[in-house]
Amino acid sequence: MSTKAAALPRLQEEAYKGAWSWITTVDHKRVGILYGMTAFSFFLIGGMEALIIRTQLAGPEGTVVTAGTFNALFTMHALTMIFLVIMPLGAAFFNYMIPLMIGARDVAFPRLNALSYWVFLTGALFLNVSFLVGTPPDVGWFAYAPLTAKAFSPTHAVDYYIFGLQILGISSMMAGFNFIVTILNMRTPGMTMMRLPVFVWMTLVVQFLVVLAFPIITVGLIFLQFDRFFGTHFYEASAGADPLLWQHLFWLFGHPEVYILILPAMGIVSEVLPTFSHKPLFGAPFVIFSGVLIGFLGFGVWSHHMFTTGLGPVADAAFSTTTMMIAVPTAVKIFNWIATIWGGRIRLTTAMLYALGFIAMFIIGGLSGVMHASPPVDLQQQDSYFVVAHIHYVLFGGSILGLFAGIFYWYPKMTGRLLDERLGKLQFWLQMIALNVTFFPMHFLGVDGMPRRIYTYYGTDGWNGWNMVATIGSYVLGLSVMIFLFNFFRSLRAGKPAGADPWDGATLEWTIPSPPPLYNFARLPVVTSARPFWEVKYASAAQKAQMEKAEKERGADHIHIPPPSYWPIVLAFGMAVFFAGWFFNYYVNVAGVLIVLAATFAWVYEPGH
Amino acid sequence: MSTAAVAHAEETSLGQPHLKIGFWTFLGSECFFFGSLIATYMSYRGHSVAGPFPHHGPPHGTGILNIPVTSISSFVLLTSSLAMVLALAACQKGDRKKTSFWLCMTAFFGLIFLGFQAYEFTEFYHNGLSLTKNLFGCTFFVLTGFHGAHVSIGVLWLLSLFVINQREGIPVEKSLSVEIAGLYWHFVDIVWIVIFTLVYLIPD
Amino acid sequence: MSIRRRRFLALLVLAGTCAALAGCEMVSHPRSTISPVSDFGWAIQDVYEQIFWWCVGIFVVVESVLLIAIFRFRVREESHERPEQVHGHTKLEIAWTILPAVILVFIAVPTIRTIFAVAAPAPQDAIRVNVTGEQWFWRFEYPDLGVLTANELHVPVGRPVEVSLHSNNVLHAFWIPRVGGKRDVMPGRTNRQVFTVQKPGLYHGQCAEFCGASHALMRFDLVAEDPTSFDRWVERQKAPPPAPVDARAKEGATTFLTAGCIACHRIQGTPSQSTIGPDLSHVGSRARIASGILDNTPENLARWIHDPQAVKPEAKMIIPKKLSENEIEALVAYLQSLQ
Repeated sequence: MSTKAAALPRLQEEAYKGAWSWITTVDHKRVGILYGMTAFSFFLIGGMEALIIRTQLAGPEGTVVTAGTFNALFTMHALTMIFLVIMPLGAAFFNYMIPLMIGARDVAFPRLNALSYWVFLTGALFLNVSFLVGTPPDVGWFAYAPLTAKAFSPTHAVDYYIFGLQILGISSMMAGFNFIVTILNMRTPGMTMMRLPVFVWMTLVVQFLVVLAFPIITVGLIFLQFDRFFGTHFYEASAGADPLLWQHLFWLFGHPEVYILILPAMGIVSEVLPTFSHKPLFGAPFVIFSGVLIGFLGFGVWSHHMFTTGLGPVADAAFSTTTMMIAVPTAVKIFNWIATIWGGRIRLTTAMLYALGFIAMFIIGGLSGVMHASPPVDLQQQDSYFVVAHIHYVLFGGSILGLFAGIFYWYPKMTGRLLDERLGKLQFWLQMIALNVTFFPMHFLGVDGMPRRIYTYYGTDGWNGWNMVATIGSYVLGLSVMIFLFNFFRSLRAGKPAGADPWDGATLEWTIPSPPPLYNFARLPVVTSARPFWEVKYASAAQKAQMEKAEKERGADHIHIPPPSYWPIVLAFGMAVFFAGWFFNYYVNVAGVLIVLAATFAWVYEPGH
Repeated sequence: MSTAAVAHAEETSLGQPHLKIGFWTFLGSECFFFGSLIATYMSYRGHSVAGPFPHHGPPHGTGILNIPVTSISSFVLLTSSLAMVLALAACQKGDRKKTSFWLCMTAFFGLIFLGFQAYEFTEFYHNGLSLTKNLFGCTFFVLTGFHGAHVSIGVLWLLSLFVINQREGIPVEKSLSVEIAGLYWHFVDIVWIVIFTLVYLIPD
Repeated sequence: MSIRRRRFLALLVLAGTCAALAGCEMVSHPRSTISPVSDFGWAIQDVYEQIFWWCVGIFVVVESVLLIAIFRFRVREESHERPEQVHGHTKLEIAWTILPAVILVFIAVPTIRTIFAVAAPAPQDAIRVNVTGEQWFWRFEYPDLGVLTANELHVPVGRPVEVSLHSNNVLHAFWIPRVGGKRDVMPGRTNRQVFTVQKPGLYHGQCAEFCGASHALMRFDLVAEDPTSFDRWVERQKAPPPAPVDARAKEGATTFLTAGCIACHRIQGTPSQSTIGPDLSHVGSRARIASGILDNTPENLARWIHDPQAVKPEAKMIIPKKLSENEIEALVAYLQSLQ
């Protein structure tokens, strides 16, 4: 080892001390942990919102909350789960694992990466501050115009929505730029694109979706802001505007957004299944290509959210066709996953159970999606509880189960300890049962004509029974999350030590200690296949000798660790001031801009980066 | 700019510096940003309930848009892109004085363009077209306004590079920072060409 | 008992409880989407049934293969057995790319046929109804028949009806599940829907696009009746209501004109001609009030007039002055007399 190795331990010590070290961190692993902890806190909040909703709807004419509160609750529940839970939980994994999986020491833009977290936190707080001042957004998470116009929503509620989403969008895009460059440009020698783990590929697709879809909602929100603040008429039919403009802009973003929500989970499942089947992913190129195709086609289906708006039969038929087309690569992935485990040696650890549960539940969510893809059928199902069932099967049964698979799979790598398997399995089974008890009856409620977003219903509607069932299920779901929390914190202190490779994995993250050192890899690995660690572990004697020879011939590595920086949090603060200005006066806006500009200049001039 | 990014350019998977790839990605997202603004403008063409209108009516008989004047400002912006190319070339050759000169010229032409925009906006306002007058006002001012904001940021960026070059110089190894500014500037120029064609040249 | 057996029994008990609970409500499905009464509803049902069975089939097959794979190939967690390292099988993968595409064709064809079928323009003899969505009630106008009413729509069985949907405020959606699919109601654009109800009866509708505080309470009813009854209804609606006969109702008629109701509610044959709120000319003959959420009884009418916002959050029915019990009673008597 070179003299650099002697310098490393000291750096490590300094980097990990105290709260300030977390505030100024530019280490992707710490940023990942920040994302994960924040996201999980919001999972609890969003879950509480759901439980209140379900309690209100347990029986007819409920009096748990008022109509106004209920409308805010379902709006915030959706916004929280989508933007403050599923996306940042995905980001937690992108941050922590991507460099480890591609054999890199860091991300391409460490400070931009940290900034994306602080801006995310700003957006999350911004959105939730609305609760504290009594005007949470209450127009549904897709906030259709003209309900969002000043005339129909005179309070600041919609403004919190606008600026909260703008801030969150900026955060996601920054992360997007960072990860695209990281994945394309920082792969360890020998790691061609087709040798990338499927999780990394799915992340790459997701980041492209983020950087291309978010600008569209940015524009939509700008129009809404201008209508509300400056009196423009982008969404005002009386001025000649198209009442559907908002919907088009929203869903042009919104549909890629749902693929942003599911592809990371699909990527995780594509990692977990092969590991616990002791077989490679079946048809990895097909799975990769399907993911890319889904991302691409995802921009061509948006009006399937608008089948009831009267676009006309030609448009309806066109979007129905493109939507059905997207079902094909999705189905291919499912078949490839099943073929992966077929003929394998399946170890039913909690992570594996979650990955299998994902497939089982996603099939249901996908099939209800196929039903929605048919406009005549959708005319009955749209805006009913059938859609609520579909959403929750793909987002809970899909994304959340997939993310839990990732948590159980990678927790040992991040903490050096294993989560308790017995508690994990209890949690899994409770969740599987509870999610089906909660969400499957919603199909029946939809078929029975129950619209969504209603704060109450009547005993004569025929919806009492299934609503009660769904409410009971939701409480069990809440309980299962409590079990997880207990397991998470207890295992941090008392979990079984995991070692570097607890699962006999095939990818690079398992070649380094758990938790990884600050610099990840002492020597950047040279990769010759898509399963680099597998090759190392199970190579023949001759291959092993060859690898050792190649290792000796390589020179020492130059390790550069970017120093911590407080400019990300300062810049995020400047952004918060700018957006807060819209609630006060223009001087505050200007102050925010000046802070951002100053922080930007300081950032550019910062030594060591 | 980031020394790490430049110093290890040879170590990157694609052989290009991180900043360059990142910036191209950013420009991709900007395409969708401006694309949405332009698509909205196009879909709202002819939908204004009341005037002034872009291509018919007062004050020019051919509508409120002044094609000859805007052609001049467009030409100025195009010329500024040429100046930008020359600035980058000078920097890559290590010619510090020429770099300063052409950076300044680029910014200067950009400022002239912005001056024309300011003139145009005030003329429109005096002829009755405000942001909120009709759909044309809304879509036109928001679209060109955001473009103008992008030009303004570009001018600020160029002037900053100018100051840096004057004080400590931008060596050839750091010419990436000028190149990135150039990418941004050319992008903003191309967006204007699209806007000029669709909004000004193609009648309703 | 082993852990697995215990778990299985628990599951069974849970499933049974759920089924029992739900079963109690199996009796009536007044807003079911799968027992249609119109041609429009049947066309949708037809496509739905085809897709439904495809989905059931796919579900059973794929989930079974998944479960079989799990049970057949599972080993102990500590196992380090390595099976054959299969990387793929191109022919198989191509096959299972083509298969879903083919199945989707079977779904797409009836879908697209039905899209165009239900979008066909209304026949000449269709009854035209202009539907306006308000916050939070429904206005129904029959332009050819000279009828203006609210919240209760009457149609003759067997004759096509064309609803033209419009709003001058926010988005709403017109949905009568038993009649067929929904259509959005929006400003700046008139959407149309055509249907022919084949079975007489009372069918319930509800707004299906979130439209603000009382979206949940924006309901309406559709009465499908034989042509003679329908014609009688039209005649009654066209004519002004009978003049109040009993003293209480007469008192109510005067109160109506002085209590502020005249600002929003039209009653034919009286000075009250505003069309901001629902037309009340024949409100006494409607089955429900307050846009389909309360049965039309004196108690409910009194409750509604006494405090509209308590019944319907943020309701725009603002009564300018506090009414005494007496005045409310009189109003109720008057409104009930408007048959």
